[in-house]
Amino acid sequence: MVNFGNIWQYLAVQSPLQATFSGNSTTMNIKTYSLPELPYAYDALEPHISGQIMKLHHSGHHQAYVTNLNKALKVHASALSAGDIAAQVALQPVIKFNAGGHINHALFWTNLAPAGTPETLFPDAAPTLSAEIDKTWGSFDKFKEAFAKELLGIQGSGWGWLVKAGPSSLRIVTAKDQDPIVGGEVPIFGVDMWEHAYYLQYLNGKAKYVDSIWNVINWKTAESRFQAGHGDFFADLKSLL
Amino acid sequence: MSSVLLRTTPAVRGALRAGALRPAAAAASTSFVRGKATLPDLQYDYGALEPYISGKIMELHHKKHHQTYVTGLNTALETIGEAESKGDFTKAATVAPLLNFHGGGHLNHTLFWENLAPASREGGGQPDGALLKSINEDFGSFDTFRKQMNTALAGIQGSGWAWLAKDKQSGTLGIITRANQDPVSGPYAPLMGIDAWEHAYYLQYENRKAEYFDAIWNVINWKTVASRFEKA
Repeated sequence: MVNFGNIWQYLAVQSPLQATFSGNSTTMNIKTYSLPELPYAYDALEPHISGQIMKLHHSGHHQAYVTNLNKALKVHASALSAGDIAAQVALQPVIKFNAGGHINHALFWTNLAPAGTPETLFPDAAPTLSAEIDKTWGSFDKFKEAFAKELLGIQGSGWGWLVKAGPSSLRIVTAKDQDPIVGGEVPIFGVDMWEHAYYLQYLNGKAKYVDSIWNVINWKTAESRFQAGHGDFFADLKSLL
Repeated sequence: MSSVLLRTTPAVRGALRAGALRPAAAAASTSFVRGKATLPDLQYDYGALEPYISGKIMELHHKKHHQTYVTGLNTALETIGEAESKGDFTKAATVAPLLNFHGGGHLNHTLFWENLAPASREGGGQPDGALLKSINEDFGSFDTFRKQMNTALAGIQGSGWAWLAKDKQSGTLGIITRANQDPVSGPYAPLMGIDAWEHAYYLQYENRKAEYFDAIWNVINWKTVASRFEKA
């Protein structure tokens, strides 16, 4: 039974791309992604999300997605120029996972804000979005209930998002692992349901984490993503990364 | 829960094999046994795998996480049983993902606890006899196997498990990864599993999961693995 649990192991066997890359690097012209700074201090979301969680989550986990994305893109660029289609295909899951991790976390940090700041006040910070939420779910409480149910129903690692599926069409979606929302929908805000997002503080009590997160949702960001057109949203996202 | 269900549900079959489903006598009937899954006792104390796995992790992992899978499995079975008795097979089918998730979680953890042991007892070291011979044949060496297993663990995207498994037809050994709580089933017999969910290591190792994957070899119970290998 051949097992390539790790794509680097696979590529090392299948092609000499990694070995040749350093020699060709000057001819490559690919964007290198970097870790965005948080718009608040690590402990600014306490007591709802601890400073220790935020620090590990941002400087450890998010950084790892950025590092591995850059690594995968470099090897992919080599595979492209070498016309190695097999290596390109083999890299797709790695790129999706790490790019997804980068996109999801960049959106997550900016859709959070310290509790009690004007950005976190609902419905004041999100006048049009809150009206649409009421229209769709009947009330904010019913929306929160439906959102929590989706979050708690995720089997394994993943994310829950409120997305805009059309001009006035809101929907709650979940995505496994680091699958990003990059199709026709605009992600308005997301909640990270990986255990690393809450375990140090909430242990196995993820329902409490979900309860608490409402205190730190940045409704101002949510409102502006709701109002943005699809193209504008993805242009903004690009500048975040 | 009918005997048909037991025959057609890999996760539940596995749980039965692992001795983790205990029949409740009061609910037994002459035509089939109604079983309720229960949380198996650990064969060692929560702190017994320290310093490699902390007592706090073990306690939460067994008493809370595994218990949740047991409860979820029983709820799924109950819902399916009710749906079946009403002839509502559509409803029964919609519960299948929950049965797979919680049934798999119950089976995987039951196997996991048994293939661990304190380093002061059976834990750690290397396998010997026929198992070691097979590992050498299929991986080259025990050390290569260990490295490949750690590479497989590190490559899991999200929550999941890595297993040393035996292909029941060919008898060869291989490494299998599974997402979330999907159980190892079909042509493969799980011999040794390592839990790569973050709850299995995060309180002690945080984002340094490679350290956890290195440490856990000190508490692998090769006696259990060898006995599974012989029976598979």
